[in-house]
Amino acid sequence: MTDTFEPKITAFVCNWCTYAGADLTGTSRIKYQSNVRVLRLPCTGRIDFMLLAKAFARGADGIIISGCHPNDCHYTSGNYHARRRWMIYRNLMDFMGIDTARITFSWVSAAEGAKWAELVNEVTTGIRAMGPYTEYQELANAGVE
Amino acid sequence: MELREKAKQLLESGDVKAVLGFEPGTGGVRRPAFARSAAQAEKLVFDGEQNLASYVTHKEVKRLGRVAVAARPDTLRALLQLMGERQIKEGDLLPLVVDADGQVTELPSGEAMEEYLALSAKELPAKDRELLDRLGNMTRQERWDFWQKELSRCIKCYACRSSCPMCYCGHCTMDCNRPQWVPVPSHALGNLEYHMVRAMHLAGRCVECGDCGRACPVGIPIHLLTFNAEESVHAQFGQRAGASAKLDYAMSTFRPDDKETFIR
Repeated sequence: MTDTFEPKITAFVCNWCTYAGADLTGTSRIKYQSNVRVLRLPCTGRIDFMLLAKAFARGADGIIISGCHPNDCHYTSGNYHARRRWMIYRNLMDFMGIDTARITFSWVSAAEGAKWAELVNEVTTGIRAMGPYTEYQELANAGVE
Repeated sequence: MELREKAKQLLESGDVKAVLGFEPGTGGVRRPAFARSAAQAEKLVFDGEQNLASYVTHKEVKRLGRVAVAARPDTLRALLQLMGERQIKEGDLLPLVVDADGQVTELPSGEAMEEYLALSAKELPAKDRELLDRLGNMTRQERWDFWQKELSRCIKCYACRSSCPMCYCGHCTMDCNRPQWVPVPSHALGNLEYHMVRAMHLAGRCVECGDCGRACPVGIPIHLLTFNAEESVHAQFGQRAGASAKLDYAMSTFRPDDKETFIR
């Protein structure tokens, strides 16, 4: 164990924009922090709200959610539906006392490789400063799952 | 009682097959009761607290035929929402409302129900409004502690689910154990996830009758979670569940110009 805390960051990204964008970051040889675990889903519309809760319960300290910009969805409207869901879910999480500052929502297109690197760096630095999300993880450990 | 007379009249004429109201239970409580004949209608009272709309989606009730329901404004909202979700048909039900001067009115159609609801503004009970405001003024940490303390008493009896007029799914995701999405035991995580899912599944559909909170045997103010989801739907998308039978479900539709402040 090193002295500095290395956060675990889970990124839920859509296949068509952000995943391709992150791929572009790599092919462009842009370096970014390695704390992020990218999970590819077909569309932001597929990102069930519970996936975020599950990520925190399984030890994520921060979450990135990213997909196509509005109007760019591969399935025409998945990201619009997702946006509505987040608008309600984010308020609900805040109401229940869950730390919404640990969740970053973003639109990253397949052409925005640099934006992806910047986003990951920024989020990693932010979460590193916040420290581990022990509050939620303790909750999960208290269970018998 | 005027409403009881009306019930008898409706049953005698064969206009409805049953009247759904309340009967006195033990210890002064009111329990829901179906009267299927004029003689049975004698026992009916109409001052119960429960939202009777939670019964009309049951197949046992649907099988009875046309049912008259003693309705309060939130019962009417629930019925309208259920019509909008195509769970009940307009002609299968006859909501009955009592005016301030004791006059009984039949509301045979969705339009009539909407018109009746439009007469009075909807307000949350002062106690709930106060608690919502108090929670809103807390820090995030205080809110977390508040809900952790409250939810730690949850025994997962699912009374909130049973009492809710909008929880009518034949196969609830809570009962699905292969694969298991939400942990069944009522430990800290299971409780938090259950109540989170419940609130999200009711966002844009909750008519804010507060029956889940009243049904809770350990007195957790769980209705505030669905109220929060519903209030944020209203604030951000400008529609309220149960306002009309023709409303689109807020979470299954969208507008390209939905405004948020947090997506980078």
